[in-house]
Amino acid sequence: MPKDGGIGASSKRREDIRFLTGEGNYTDDINLHGQAYVFFLRSDIAHGTLNSVDTSAAEAMPGVVKIFTGADFEAVGSIPCGWQVTDKHGEVMQEPRHPVLAHGKVRHVGEPIAAVVAESLSEARDAAEAIVLDITDLPAVIDMKEAVKAGAPKVHDDLTSNLCYDWGFVEENKGAVDQAFKDAAHVTTLELVNNRLVANPMEPRVAVGDYARGTGDHTLYTTSQNPHVIRLLMGAFVLGIPEHKLRVVAPDVGGGFGTKIFHYQEEAFCTFAAKACNRPVKWTSSRSEAFMSDAHGRDHVTKIQMALDKDNNFTALRTDTYANMGAYLSTFAPSVPTWLHGTLMAGNYKTPLIYVNVKAVFTNTVPVDAYRGAGRPEATYQLERLVDKCAHELGVDPIALRRQNFITEFPYATPVAVEYDTGDYVATMDKLEEISDMAGFAARRTASEAKGKLRGFGVNCYIEACGIAPSNLVGQLGARAGLYESATVRVNATGGLVVMTGSHSHGQGHETAFPQVIAEMIGIPEDMIEIVHGDTANTPMGMGTYGSRSLAVGGSAMVRATEKIIAKAKKIASHLLEASEGDIELKDGAFSVAGTDKSVAWGDVTLAAYVPHNYPLEDIEPGLEETAFYDPSNFTYPSGAYACEVELDPETGHVTIERFAAADDFGNIVNPMIVTGQVHGGLAQGIGQALMENCTYDSDGQLLSASYMDYAMPRASDLPFYTVDHSCQTPCTHNPLGVKGCGEAGAIGSPPAVVNAVLDAMRSGGKDVGHIDMPVTPARVWAAMNG
Amino acid sequence: MYNFDVEKPTSIADAVAALGREEAQPISGGQTLIPTLKARLAMPSVLVSLRGIAEMQGISTDGQGRLCIGGGTLHAVVAKEAAAQYPALAGLAARIGDPAVRNRGTIGGSVANNDPSACYPSAVLASGATVVTNAREIAADDFFEGMFATALEEGEIVTEVKFPIPEKAHYEKFIQPASRFPLVAVFVAKFADGVRVAVTGASENGVFRWTDAEDALSSNFDAGAIEGLTVDGGGMISDLHGSGDYRAHLVGVMTKRAVAALT
Ligand SMILES: Cc1cc2nc3c(=O)[nH]c(=O)nc-3n(C[C@H](O)[C@H](O)[C@H](O)COP(=O)(O)OP(=O)(O)OC[C@H]3O[C@@H](n4cnc5c(N)ncnc54)[C@H](O)[C@@H]3O)c2cc1C
Repeated sequence: MPKDGGIGASSKRREDIRFLTGEGNYTDDINLHGQAYVFFLRSDIAHGTLNSVDTSAAEAMPGVVKIFTGADFEAVGSIPCGWQVTDKHGEVMQEPRHPVLAHGKVRHVGEPIAAVVAESLSEARDAAEAIVLDITDLPAVIDMKEAVKAGAPKVHDDLTSNLCYDWGFVEENKGAVDQAFKDAAHVTTLELVNNRLVANPMEPRVAVGDYARGTGDHTLYTTSQNPHVIRLLMGAFVLGIPEHKLRVVAPDVGGGFGTKIFHYQEEAFCTFAAKACNRPVKWTSSRSEAFMSDAHGRDHVTKIQMALDKDNNFTALRTDTYANMGAYLSTFAPSVPTWLHGTLMAGNYKTPLIYVNVKAVFTNTVPVDAYRGAGRPEATYQLERLVDKCAHELGVDPIALRRQNFITEFPYATPVAVEYDTGDYVATMDKLEEISDMAGFAARRTASEAKGKLRGFGVNCYIEACGIAPSNLVGQLGARAGLYESATVRVNATGGLVVMTGSHSHGQGHETAFPQVIAEMIGIPEDMIEIVHGDTANTPMGMGTYGSRSLAVGGSAMVRATEKIIAKAKKIASHLLEASEGDIELKDGAFSVAGTDKSVAWGDVTLAAYVPHNYPLEDIEPGLEETAFYDPSNFTYPSGAYACEVELDPETGHVTIERFAAADDFGNIVNPMIVTGQVHGGLAQGIGQALMENCTYDSDGQLLSASYMDYAMPRASDLPFYTVDHSCQTPCTHNPLGVKGCGEAGAIGSPPAVVNAVLDAMRSGGKDVGHIDMPVTPARVWAAMNG
Repeated sequence: MYNFDVEKPTSIADAVAALGREEAQPISGGQTLIPTLKARLAMPSVLVSLRGIAEMQGISTDGQGRLCIGGGTLHAVVAKEAAAQYPALAGLAARIGDPAVRNRGTIGGSVANNDPSACYPSAVLASGATVVTNAREIAADDFFEGMFATALEEGEIVTEVKFPIPEKAHYEKFIQPASRFPLVAVFVAKFADGVRVAVTGASENGVFRWTDAEDALSSNFDAGAIEGLTVDGGGMISDLHGSGDYRAHLVGVMTKRAVAALT
């Protein structure tokens, strides 16, 4: 029987009522009295010396309030980077200054050069057209391997080269890894590209800055996944505003996918300009601006190799990646190809020796940072493509080769510095074989061939690290922030609760799932619990939502705070019931004395806390409100196995996804419906990357895929009905809920399955090309089939 | 968008007069023009809306049995009302863009714009249709002059398109995955006196007739008849979504599939 409330129930998402009826309150819905509008004049060339920005004609245009250029921000801090990577020589990465508005040079198409604040957006835009720029073109740095060659033009003249860092992991293992390759019975090598993506949340970015001259208080409304992080980065590092004078509000946010984690120039600009103009300043990104100013994702060029012994056991793995940073370091960019990528290279396998090299490279492109999965999709893709290639070179079954090399004992310490607490990769693979109806594949292939089509089947496994933490460890790894989460649970006099969480919901469904946990703990209906998030003025300092961390870390903080509430409430109950505290039990919303029929309702206890007439005032304070900060002791490690079945039209190269099955282990599950939805969304993005999405620059640094006319997003008709199963559950051992995180799995686990399936289809048509790069477009498939 | 005036004439004559104003431009559905204006890539001072002109609306049949579609007729209307008489044309209209596009965009706008990847021009050319303007009648073979170029003079508007109805016809479209315009699409129309094959999406010169295929199919209307025929990849569009050679190859595949659908 499915439960109708609490942990494990598919409670309907309460937030959808406002989202689906147009009642959401998004940042663009916020319009302040007297607000002015900003239009950013952006560079249309990739690389050049900015000789002058002449605003004199523009200043005289109608409606102009004030025009800003890079010179206005010379005294202002650089947009900061939140993670410092130390390279294989022990040197810290090269970290360029990142100005709010370009100064001296422009470094990518879309970089803001000047900002016009005017009475209306169209007046601001008209005036921007009257700004005269004098830019001397410089050769654009686009190709990463060219960029790191001696003598290449430099993106940043004050750095020694375009190499941000050259990271080796684990450097001490390198000799042993190389030796294992010399001793190998077989070596498989694969070179591949992990294609650059644009996140494309449905809601573009928006920022509204406000300044109250009477109090000196600043407020920024912004489309962010983590308002406290923005407050800290922008306040402390860019504008020099202390936290108590700066409020950051991220109201309803229409999707983030990582690209709304980062602190952007436009946020700092609107906050700064609101004070300079003494009126609210609003910016709403157009879709065209989003393509050239939202941080992009992925963009790795990799060579990976596996060494195997004569019995097909994996003996060593090594991989070399060039990771594109773009023109500047976005907030978490350096961590993505290193700590979120290298540490995952063991995957689901007990490969004893691993060495990962990553060269992060500056280019004249939009900065690249975390995008759904962030580093883990790049790790999974290269590893799972490689394992498939091994199997074909050796002539063994790809699933059998995987099974043979699976990690089967937990906890398992990988050679890349992480310890998996739990997992059961055999169970998820067994489940996958069942739900994907592998047995029926041969018949389906025959049916496709009868229509002149090829059919392919591809699988992959994945492991990811979610709930990014603990703070002391990430601090050693270069994070300039802690990665705990916070919650304040406020119980009202009549028994209802408000949870103020540092997590942020931008589609994930926290407002539904979090109350389920508390409802279960106390035994009260979910609708007695409300979630508040997204405003630094009324939530405790929190790190926000990304890396599938909300329930695992934020939910755990909420559990800890609720435990404190329950402990105090039991003290009050024991007083009311005149019993000893140790005998008090909480069940179904009532406190009772063990072994008796004496009880007092939840609401009577909460009322007593606020009307403490009969109350142990000498022992405890009145009121019922607790805060907890939770800093986990490890990451969580969701895992799973995915299968994709494609049909390929050999005449056109067109590939359709006919079936897709996902068997995931997310540990315990609070709301199965929401989990299924998260997997569906992740799969759509992973399939989008595998089949369609491609952010492309030409050699001059012009963005070719700059709109939906050329950047292909997956649509419902491109996707099959998924078969999703999350019944394999090995609970996380170190957080109180035993949960692991499910938000990114679909995007991490699906691209290799799609490409493996396409290659399988091509082989069945007599063409074994070894590898094909994503996106697997019709043109590429046709070229590969006919090459 | 820059500022402009809007005129809303209710007759062709008034529209033509309004188009005589300095920097005037007609607008029908706006599905192409409005995005251009929003990107500030055009700055007309007057937009003359053709939407309110009743004589440019609707579908009828003339004395020669031709299907006459008013230049202001919406794609959605063609999809519905031409289905019985000219199903291939109705099917083409039914698959342009999405419902919002089909309920604003017009045949006149599409034909006048002559986007090298637009659907309608292939049907107009393969059907040997006649494009009627406020001033004259222009045969399809003389109308399309290259990418975004037509025989229309300044201020001349497409008021109607007259389609001879073939014995059978089929439109085969292979979509560009991002825009969903044709990457390559082929319209094959079989008349009593021969077959016409028009190709869109492929050529740098816009819609064109594949005469080798027409000859082969006119003597033997069978997909096998074009086996071995090729178009040259040289003049084909080469971009993110496919090389010229790939497009040239697709011309053959789409033509074969169109014929196969009819035989
Ligand atoms: C999302 C999207 C998807 C689309 N997909 C497709 C597709 O798959 N296939 C396809 O073929 N098209 C597609 N289109 C284009 C669509 O069909 C347009 O409607 C059409 O190309 C232009 O028609 P319109 O009436 O909107 O013209 P407008 O945008 O109003 O005008 C276009 C141009 O023609 C001129 N003009 C307009 N009417 C006339 C007239 N009667 N006489 C002379 N000049 C005139 C205008 O001055 C302008 O230069 C798509 C458009 C969108 C927005």
